[in-house]
Amino acid sequence: MRAQILQRLASGEVLIADGATGTMLQAAGLPTGTPGEAWILERPEEIMRLHRAYVEAGSQIILTTTFGGTRARLKAAGLDVQAGEINRRAAELARQVAGDPSTGSGQGEVYVAGDIGPTGDMMVPLGPLTYEAAVELFAEQAQALAAGGVDCIYIETMSDLNEAKAAVEGVRQRCDLPVFCTFSFDAHGRTSMGVSPAQAARTMVALEVPAIGANCGHAPEEVLDILPQMREAAPDAYLIAKPNAGVPRMVKRQVVYDATPERMAELARRYVEMGACIVGVCCGSSPADIAAIAAALRIG
Amino acid sequence: MANERLFEEMTKAVIAGLPDKARELANEALHAGIDPLAAIEQGFKPGMDVVGEGFARGELFIPDLMMSSKAMQEAIAVLEPEMMKRKQHLQTLGKVVIGTVQGDIHEIGKTLVATMLAANGFEVHDLGVDVSPQQFVNAVREVNADVVGLSALLTTTMLNQEAVILTLKEAGLRDQLKVIIGGVPASPEWAKEIGADAYAENATEAVEVVKGLVQA
Repeated sequence: MRAQILQRLASGEVLIADGATGTMLQAAGLPTGTPGEAWILERPEEIMRLHRAYVEAGSQIILTTTFGGTRARLKAAGLDVQAGEINRRAAELARQVAGDPSTGSGQGEVYVAGDIGPTGDMMVPLGPLTYEAAVELFAEQAQALAAGGVDCIYIETMSDLNEAKAAVEGVRQRCDLPVFCTFSFDAHGRTSMGVSPAQAARTMVALEVPAIGANCGHAPEEVLDILPQMREAAPDAYLIAKPNAGVPRMVKRQVVYDATPERMAELARRYVEMGACIVGVCCGSSPADIAAIAAALRIG
Repeated sequence: MANERLFEEMTKAVIAGLPDKARELANEALHAGIDPLAAIEQGFKPGMDVVGEGFARGELFIPDLMMSSKAMQEAIAVLEPEMMKRKQHLQTLGKVVIGTVQGDIHEIGKTLVATMLAANGFEVHDLGVDVSPQQFVNAVREVNADVVGLSALLTTTMLNQEAVILTLKEAGLRDQLKVIIGGVPASPEWAKEIGADAYAENATEAVEVVKGLVQA
């Protein structure tokens, strides 16, 4: 029987998460404008291939490809009626790659994190989404992910503190899995909605969310400023760093994220020195970044 | 003197983002017979300027900007009938057609720019998200736009900013208007490469840049 993910973190281990999903699926042929979630039912082999590439590169936590998997967000592509099936199936696909939790997979243990992203709607009074409606959207998604066999729920790229709270509350309504929550601090060191790292950390601690951190955001160097602020506000939390692989630039009609795998590996080592115990990469990354990080953290 | 105190309160209500208070102050101005145009330009509008500057400096954030513009809009809605009666018009700096390009459903940044432009005296036609090049062209023709604003938040959709510019060229409309682009992956270099006239980093900067474009 393998250790639960929180026990692994409690033992002081650093776990390596995965890298980008959307840009990788697009590289595999997902048309622009089609959400990656569409491939969960249509092209499950591509989803599994992506998970496998990250596991082979060294990921110990793989995130389900359900970032846009709330019913609200799937609606734009007309996939909302299949929301439950999409989330459950995504969890099953990741689970299949990660291995059977009752035995542990052969090559080290890989955990499946059920990924939940923002609904895409603004909350009252700025937008139409009520707190109760948000809770229900997240509850539905968490229930389906849990049914598919995830090890934890991983809420990410949050910018509105109320939406993050609604997500945590929704998840807890339908499952008793550990809940992680990370925010995107992309506006002068705060989220676009003005939430500071300390505010985010304090709020999540009050909700007894064990693992918190920063993902996406702006430049990955900014996480070096964010982690100490979160650590100060939440001395006992497990910290997560999963930034973008630099800032995107268009060079000769090709999108280039300016941080190389070597640079991401160097930054990963510094995140760990600052107390991060889950490290991964967000937009613009590939298994090459994860492989470089895995090599650096294992040697270091 | 009383007017000045009221104007000050109006400015404060916009800065604090209080739509109810703004509406109340607008009504107070009407009852006192204050020129509605003066109430907007000397009372409410300076509040938007302060908020815009704070946003650009990273001291204020999206909720602040949205609540302040809501306060501004509420005030204008109250004052508009009286302005019509007096045959007054808010000064229109130009007509802007704005939207998020095809394949991209990111709304917030585009809406903030639209809101700030409207608050600063532009006639704004917001086409929403996932807007095709042809929809942009149609809207430009229909309203005789001076400026087109193209938002793209994804590295995969920013190529569609160029597609709009090419379609405007094919339609023979490119020379009669200015194009500004924005969005996380966009940059001044990208604007130059695809033949846009300008780029703006945020909603506050967009107002200044678009003002410059219509004066040029």
